[in-house]
Amino acid sequence: MNIVESLRVALRGLKVNKLRSFLTMLGIIIGVGAVIVMVAIGQGAKNSVTNQIQGLGSNLLIISPGQSNSGGVRGGAGSLTNMTMDDVTAIQQQADAVAAVAPMASRNAQVVLGNQNTSTQVIGTTPSYAAVRNQSVDFGRFFSQRDLDSRAKVAVVGTTVAQNLMGNSNTNIVGRIININRVPFQVIGILQSKGSSGMTNNDDQILVPITTAQSRLIGSQSVRTIFVEAKTADQMNAASMEISTILRHRHGLKLSDPDDFTITNQSDILSTAEGITQSLTLLLSGIAAISLLVGGIGIMNIMLVSVTERTREIGIRKAIGAKRRDILFQFLIEAVVLSLLGGIIGILLGGGGASLMQKLSGMSTQVSGTSVVVAFLFSAAIGVVFGVFPAQKASKLDPIDALRYE
Amino acid sequence: MISLKNLTKVYATGDVEVRALAGVSLEISQGEFVSIMGPSGSGKSTMMNILGCLDRPSTGEYFLDGLNIAEASDNQLAEIRNQKIGFVFQSFNLLPRTTALENVELPMLYRGLGAKERRDSALRALNAVGLGNRVHHKPNELSGGQQQRVAIARALANKPVIIMADEPTGNLDSKSSEEIMAIFQQLNEAGITVALVTHESDIALFSKRIVRFKDGRLDSDETVGKRNLAQGPRLDLAGSPGQLEVAGL
Repeated sequence: MNIVESLRVALRGLKVNKLRSFLTMLGIIIGVGAVIVMVAIGQGAKNSVTNQIQGLGSNLLIISPGQSNSGGVRGGAGSLTNMTMDDVTAIQQQADAVAAVAPMASRNAQVVLGNQNTSTQVIGTTPSYAAVRNQSVDFGRFFSQRDLDSRAKVAVVGTTVAQNLMGNSNTNIVGRIININRVPFQVIGILQSKGSSGMTNNDDQILVPITTAQSRLIGSQSVRTIFVEAKTADQMNAASMEISTILRHRHGLKLSDPDDFTITNQSDILSTAEGITQSLTLLLSGIAAISLLVGGIGIMNIMLVSVTERTREIGIRKAIGAKRRDILFQFLIEAVVLSLLGGIIGILLGGGGASLMQKLSGMSTQVSGTSVVVAFLFSAAIGVVFGVFPAQKASKLDPIDALRYE
Repeated sequence: MISLKNLTKVYATGDVEVRALAGVSLEISQGEFVSIMGPSGSGKSTMMNILGCLDRPSTGEYFLDGLNIAEASDNQLAEIRNQKIGFVFQSFNLLPRTTALENVELPMLYRGLGAKERRDSALRALNAVGLGNRVHHKPNELSGGQQQRVAIARALANKPVIIMADEPTGNLDSKSSEEIMAIFQQLNEAGITVALVTHESDIALFSKRIVRFKDGRLDSDETVGKRNLAQGPRLDLAGSPGQLEVAGL
């Protein structure tokens, strides 16, 4: 008997018990669907984290102050206030592998416009910030070197701030005077929206010249963070070493002293984040794979019941000339058809579920081609693995015993 | 055509050995119509299982159509059952939820014949047993006599050299029984060898030869002198050469 006839016989066997066949498939449908959805969620999370980190800027190094350690009392990371604008200038002038440098000094402030007010983060920086952090201006302009030198009271606001202060007609805010901690600033531009990354909303901020911020808002000459853009991706390590040398020299550290600053490489953050989402994906799909396994056991269970129930049929088939192989294939194909059909339905449901989730909860998901192929092959393999034992049991039945079975 | 020499069959159940057959020698030639009779436990069912190649003898020789059955493998036995033997059972043993036509096609499916050939042969076989208008009925929509006729059509499908019937009338009323026996008689007249197991003497009297078993041995072997002629519908065998071909002639 050829494979097409075997398939026909097997399909007929499944059709006779439609409800049972469907319920058996349900285990596989849920398992495969869960795997597809879980991998899609993991993949989506990974993509959005990667996008956010890359949205920080390209070839980015982030320098933050080290811990303070006075009289044996350690402060938190970044508690030192030892970085200044002079450090920034030195890095800009002396490091060869560096393309641009942008300092940042920030504090939270109450911002008032007319009868509206909001609390937001005010960041003092330099014009190169726009390039280093991939931050462009949608309306108006970014502040210039001249604004910086003259300590001009100008501000570029994020879209959330503009929205909070102006309502919907937020482009009108350009040209208006806002009070930041009672200091009047003129709004000269609106930042392009970057959305939120994790818990922080990138659009809820105000950029002002760092000179103005230090003198008018913060009252300290220290720089909170220095963002450095390396010339190329290959030169990131070189830039990091140069910066380290320059800062150690400027801070007068001895050879044996530890760094009083920390340089974070963007690609390190990226690989860490990817590692986290990767293991998240593995964990989720591992749990889903267990349900797939349970589905496989369900198939085996039903196939065993089916073999017992159809003992007489097997006897008849053997008596009129079915070989062991014919019976084996009949039941094996039934199991594989069950699991494959379940797999296909599961893939469709999983794909649909993933996009539905994206629509309803805004969680970004991405169905990966690999997971579809793997789920398909895995469900076929489950059919074979869990179908072989019942099919073999059927094929080994003695025709005389099988015919006598009531 | 069938030749048994000193056949034995021993079943080992635990420590006890049961000798179902204790040395049986028997010849059945082509064109015979043999009834196998005997009380329960006489070994007639074991005999039928071995004759039908469902079981192998413990010792002894069995030649069917020149083939040595005692030494055949499981796969070879399946092939012999498929192509040389047509089975008719007491409880019909049709596949449930499957039409008469598909039931008759089944042996040809396992033989590997194409769909069209299977269908044509199955239709001819069903026509021959008078069920041409019932081909799409399922077993539960047919009477016992009709089901047994489907089973006979199935037995004829692969043009077997012998038809083996195990109590074929055991589940039928006397009228249907006689109709079934009429079919066997006509098939036998057309040249087909028939062997049947029965415990009813009046059924055995429809055949030409009666072999009696007792305690696993041949007790008697006699030709039927005054043979019964069964009343039943006449089969469309003689008139159609195509049908004779189905019957293996």
